[in-house]
Amino acid sequence: MDLEYGPQYDDFRAEVINFVKENENTKLTGPARSESRVAWQQKLIDHGYFARSIPKEYGGYGGDMDIIKLRIIAEEFAKSPIPKPAGGQGIQMLVPTLLSLGTEEQKQKYIKPTLRGEILWCQGYSEPNSGSDLASLQTKAELDGDEWVINGQKIWTSTAHLSQMCFILVRTEPDAPKHQGISYLLMPMDAEGIDRRPIKQMTGDSDFNELFLTDVRIPAENIVGKRGEGWKVANATLGHERGSLADPNVTQNRLNSLIDLMKSETIDGQRVIDKPIFRDRLLSIQGRLMAQQSNALRILSSQINEDQDANLAKSIVKLQGTELRHELEGLAIDAMGELGTLYEDSPHLRDEGAWQMTYMYFLGLIIGGGTNQIQKNIISERALGMPKEPKIQGA
Amino acid sequence: MYFGLSEEQKSLEENIQRFLSDNASLDIIKAVANGDEDKAKEVHKGIIELGLSGLIVPEEYGGLELNMLFATVVSTALGSGTAPVPFAGSYIMSPMAINLAGNAEQKNNWLPKIAGGEVQVGVGISEYVGAREDAGIEFTNGKVSGRSLFVIDGKGADAYILANKSGELYLIDSNNSGIEVVELTTVDKTRTSIELILNDVDAEFLEGSKDKAIIEKVLDAGRLMLAADTVGAAQVMLDKSVAYSLERKQFGRLIGSFQAVKHMCAEMAADLEPCHSMIWHAAHCQDNVPEEARLMACQTKAHISEVGKQVSKTATEVHGGMGFTDELGLHYWFKRIGLNRQLLGSPELVREEAGKLQGFDQ
Repeated sequence: MDLEYGPQYDDFRAEVINFVKENENTKLTGPARSESRVAWQQKLIDHGYFARSIPKEYGGYGGDMDIIKLRIIAEEFAKSPIPKPAGGQGIQMLVPTLLSLGTEEQKQKYIKPTLRGEILWCQGYSEPNSGSDLASLQTKAELDGDEWVINGQKIWTSTAHLSQMCFILVRTEPDAPKHQGISYLLMPMDAEGIDRRPIKQMTGDSDFNELFLTDVRIPAENIVGKRGEGWKVANATLGHERGSLADPNVTQNRLNSLIDLMKSETIDGQRVIDKPIFRDRLLSIQGRLMAQQSNALRILSSQINEDQDANLAKSIVKLQGTELRHELEGLAIDAMGELGTLYEDSPHLRDEGAWQMTYMYFLGLIIGGGTNQIQKNIISERALGMPKEPKIQGA
Repeated sequence: MYFGLSEEQKSLEENIQRFLSDNASLDIIKAVANGDEDKAKEVHKGIIELGLSGLIVPEEYGGLELNMLFATVVSTALGSGTAPVPFAGSYIMSPMAINLAGNAEQKNNWLPKIAGGEVQVGVGISEYVGAREDAGIEFTNGKVSGRSLFVIDGKGADAYILANKSGELYLIDSNNSGIEVVELTTVDKTRTSIELILNDVDAEFLEGSKDKAIIEKVLDAGRLMLAADTVGAAQVMLDKSVAYSLERKQFGRLIGSFQAVKHMCAEMAADLEPCHSMIWHAAHCQDNVPEEARLMACQTKAHISEVGKQVSKTATEVHGGMGFTDELGLHYWFKRIGLNRQLLGSPELVREEAGKLQGFDQ
């Protein structure tokens, strides 16, 4: 057991601290893809604080894959109001997919502008009738000359209204078994035939969309991997999404805010934190969080020490993290009582309504990214070695 | 950076597990639970031969001088086998108390004998944690009077270490006059429990325990041992559940292919897997990060007790009616986890302490 990163990282940390201090007052202006945002992304790449291990030729920093350095960067950025590197599904999912399975031309064309924030991506996976059973998807693409012609419907497409491109799963081999009939295509969002309708969520926001695709034509070369290999291509990066949905270090920040809230809110003049049942609920959540933080250290360690196995530890992060976060936000609402129900721009609103918003948002994340019931299937089948549900004839 | 057990720690855990599967099979556990004290003594002798009595005793007193991480590894292994042996009180808490708070003579008198497995010292500090039935001891002019409940590893002990309400520790030879030992019967028959009633009994003060940090350290260590024991026991209950679900068929299918059963197992695994990391982390803090050690110990005891309770219930359910039988014996693990949960503070009590440690009452 050794939780020290070692003195060889002291200089690197000092360098990061220095950068963060010099840039902590940077303010980004304008919408996504604005000049100041792209310039900031590029500055982070130039210093190796973003896209660190991605080769220079594709617009990355071209550094070594040193997990501890990535960790130090994340730790120091988290302590400061400095703008954080951009995220999103293009950076988290598409770039790793292209790096491992894309053609040279695709890497050249898409990775750099994606890293710089010039191209935003959305993910065209779920369909109205293919949610948890994603591999049953029916949106089809047929090759017509040197073009794919796409017809069908996608749903839960996050940020489709902001995106220039979509990585989409379509059925190209209708006669093959369901997992072997899917291809992974790259679809420009300005193509003819894409009709986008926003879905208004329970939070009041519209982060998701439905996409109606009618005779959408895209170049034949916009396929990643071979025909019928789309399921494998997509699965290569689903893990990236799940791991990032419930980082315990972010939950720690929320817990700190919750403690402050419970110290400042009062009932009949008594602080909420002094009420034993409220305090006990707070401490229970803290205990669960501490267990998840220890689990995260084990995962980090397994990334540094390659012979260390942490598969089960990794497979539970999304399930445990999203449930805990939903409960944490819910305790804040209970601590505020009637005041906790205030929303939008109501008088007496606390923290701009963030507790209700996040409480609902995390219910969405319990469902999204593979529902937590699907997570339990994955844990039981892949980590515990339990059998799959028997197939029902014809399904 | 490496977060996890070393090869040496892993092999220690495996050695103990192997010893227990060879020497403390379910039949032996059942015999001990039904009162066969000779069988319990044999297993006890075996763990002394493995060196567990001297685990944390300093080398100069004949021990192995290993740290808390090693101790939690041992306790996890003992919990996995519901080992019918004294450990947390006799081989962790008492040598730690004597080593940290005893004078040179006390250390010389007791530590080598503890390490050698010649003596067993029970530990009664329940009244410091939270006195029930107004129990408690008073020390005046070298004599102790009063009552101490749930003295850990106290049955058959050669001496006891007891705490008063302010956390000062006293060492009492069990041969002294004025001691009445009342045997308690808990649900967990793999370990023993006693009450001591003391009337003007000669006692030695462990001087160093004037500093409250000593009892806190002993208490933290005891709580981590109990939590580790629960992790070991709960892991076995999960493993047995998965194995059973892959043998038992109903409706023409393995019950492990039903989502209801799979999800029960997945929930157990999701709750329990982080507990392994948590107990290592908490032990590491005891050894190396004093400023985080107390809070970690409290929260680890509380959280693992909660997870243990849930896993022990769910695992019993996965086994259906068989889970309820003595024949299958799953209840030994269930009851072991049940006792660990209450000893040295139930989750609510320990969380209350965790709140105070963070100044929530200020």
